[in-house]
Amino acid sequence: MSHPGGRADASYLLDSAGPAAPPRDNGELVFAAPWESQAFGVALALHDAGRIDWEDFRRSLIREIGDWEAAHPSGEGWNYYECWLRSLERLVSGTGLVADDDLRARRAELATRPAGHDHRYDHEE
Amino acid sequence: MTSASEHLDPALRVEALASLLIERGLLDEATIETFVKTYEQSVGPMNGAKVVAKAWTDPEYRTRLLADGTAAIGEVGFKGPQGEHIVVVENTPAVHHVVVCTLCSCYPWPVLGLPPAWYKDPAYRSRVVREPRQVLREFGLDLGDGVEIRVHDSSSEVRYMVLPERPVGTEDYSEAELAALVTRDAMVGVAQAAAP
Repeated sequence: MSHPGGRADASYLLDSAGPAAPPRDNGELVFAAPWESQAFGVALALHDAGRIDWEDFRRSLIREIGDWEAAHPSGEGWNYYECWLRSLERLVSGTGLVADDDLRARRAELATRPAGHDHRYDHEE
Repeated sequence: MTSASEHLDPALRVEALASLLIERGLLDEATIETFVKTYEQSVGPMNGAKVVAKAWTDPEYRTRLLADGTAAIGEVGFKGPQGEHIVVVENTPAVHHVVVCTLCSCYPWPVLGLPPAWYKDPAYRSRVVREPRQVLREFGLDLGDGVEIRVHDSSSEVRYMVLPERPVGTEDYSEAELAALVTRDAMVGVAQAAAP
């Protein structure tokens, strides 16, 4: 496994020594990139608003992870939130919240923005 | 989804998805932000550590915790998504428990926050079932051959949390001091509570 020990990071033990220490001090960021936290937040907010069923999402996620693993026996290039995002996209289009075509059109539109104006989430803290 | 979409920058894909949902009034940005902030900053292993410390110092609470994890954890005020069916398993000198989700990443969020990267890693998820003793050794936990290891597979029906053994030499510790010894890894079962 690529990270055999969560304890590989000594900062985790040091920073968690106080009862009020926040989870982000566990020596490991909860999210590796802003888009991951956005994908996470979108799924929870959709569930909270009653737009998606969490069990449907979970099943979709299990299928994505299984497909990825079958296609990548070496495990190289693994990213959990890629699977999360793909299952979210599938669920949103499958339930008709946003049609596939609309999603594709919006992506194409965003991709043509001039440099410096794209990927606004990358610029957040 | 076409396979071509999978090669697009995920940041752009998330933005496309979120912007359409927001425009259609299906979501609002503030709610997304609230969930992200909550799980980044407020919900985490310190919650579980409080539960463990309370169980170590209050035998009646320990009994309730082992009988109905979700209810006893709720008593302390920790509730929420992925916390509906928490089962707490207690380590003893003879039996060590370790938790995995072999299918995806089921995890008791209200007490542990979001799972660390290694918990979601395909290698951990398959290997800890096949060779738990070896995997625990890689985490730095070398259990004697006399200790039985039980691997628990979390799912949407049941999410496990480990109640570690109270370290020796902590008889005079307060609940807050005890909580500081309880790590996330100890509550997943890949470590023991830190010695004082």
